[in-house]
Amino acid sequence: MECLLGLACKDFAIIAADQTNAHSIIVMNNEENKLFKVSNHMAMGVTGEAGDTTQFAEFIAKNVQLYKMRHGYELSPTAAANFTRKTLAQHLRSSSPYMVNMLLGGYDTKSDESALYFIDYLGSFQKVPFATHGYGGFFCMGIMDRFHRNDLSVEEAYEVLRKCVAEIHKRLIVNLPNFKVQVIDKNGIRDLEPLTAKKPPTAA
Amino acid sequence: MALAELCGLDTQFKFNLRKNVIPMETDIMQYTGNLYNNCQLAVPPYMNPAETLASLQQDEMGNDIRMHFDHGTTTLGFRYQGGVLLAVDSRATGGSFIGSTDVKKIIELNDYLLATMAGGAADCVYWDRVLAKHCRLYELRNRERISIAAASKLMSNMVYNYKGMGLSIGSMITGWDKRGSSLYYIDSEGTRTKGDCFSVGSGSVHAFGVLDSGYHWDLTNEEAYDLGRRSIYHATFRDVASGGNIRVYHVTENGWKSISIDDASDLHYKYEDERKPETA
Repeated sequence: MECLLGLACKDFAIIAADQTNAHSIIVMNNEENKLFKVSNHMAMGVTGEAGDTTQFAEFIAKNVQLYKMRHGYELSPTAAANFTRKTLAQHLRSSSPYMVNMLLGGYDTKSDESALYFIDYLGSFQKVPFATHGYGGFFCMGIMDRFHRNDLSVEEAYEVLRKCVAEIHKRLIVNLPNFKVQVIDKNGIRDLEPLTAKKPPTAA
Repeated sequence: MALAELCGLDTQFKFNLRKNVIPMETDIMQYTGNLYNNCQLAVPPYMNPAETLASLQQDEMGNDIRMHFDHGTTTLGFRYQGGVLLAVDSRATGGSFIGSTDVKKIIELNDYLLATMAGGAADCVYWDRVLAKHCRLYELRNRERISIAAASKLMSNMVYNYKGMGLSIGSMITGWDKRGSSLYYIDSEGTRTKGDCFSVGSGSVHAFGVLDSGYHWDLTNEEAYDLGRRSIYHATFRDVASGGNIRVYHVTENGWKSISIDDASDLHYKYEDERKPETA
């Protein structure tokens, strides 16, 4: 039921996550944060089994910080993403696998490249120009195929996400009113205005 | 050793006669480890306790051996202009049996921290006690009270370690710290979420309806007490697993205060009387 969206363009990666926390048929919270800071130039959106999501995201983030303290330099987004996949795969065949899906958005300050990684609970790993997770994603892949370009500006990418969220609001039966949006570029991670159902979408 | 096992000799005790004579003592040590270390809870003695337990809940004839744990509840809490309000019912049920009508489902962790309990009564009481201990230790070590965020995180991390082993907890943790009031919902799945308005338990669907239609930030204290009380009352009316006394607590910067304890049945007739003039 949860939904993650992400785009990577030349100078930045942008990810959006719904903010709904539901238990069986009850919505507990519509302001949940599913985007976690991993390092200064990397954020991840995590969905999946309740509890596992936060615990896994924090485990990854803390280990990336630990690496930085031990070695004096930060893991690159590629390295951190591979570490995330490895951790997930190691737990997969244990008695307590992490049932989490995620999108990792990062910006490599060394090579000046942005990246988006798609990882699911089975440990599949793919570097992609755009990706989604969850039912909402089905409606968005078409939009992203149509509108994604590598040279989009942040405003244009935000507009693509706005189109995606509008489509989710229009066609998906599940109630996902709010989406938190973050951009990761050479300046680090920053929040953009959340995409909500309240503000009717108007062309920018 | 293969022969020894074939002959039915207990290899676990390695022919140590003294231990063989008093196996009960080692059993007691094994199963009461939590008295020394609260997180060393004895789990059922087999792999994957939660899944294996499920397979043991049928006898050889395929009949269900159901274990009825205390479950049904309605609890609610919301943040408003005047602080935090908690309201709960007091019924404990095991299957269709009402075990108690006077359970305290709001647990007073310390003068500034409250927790509500829904789900397994024993699980909630046990882990809330452990949490109370950790909060007190934090206070002694750091010379300041623990924040609500930290307290709820402690609880959430503790129960996450037992995820999948059959714990059943749905709890709201609230209180007042240097950042003001806050309200967290945590459960045995490992969820921990901050919010302004929660209801937990089998009656929560009914309580949410009344609560959400009357809730706004600028409620006065009296309005808030009444909204909480009424929401729980309506849940006790519709939910068979909720009932008994309705307790209302209020948290302000001066700590928590018990506001009222009303019999749900008395409230029923009171609210019915209030309706009559309108319908007549």
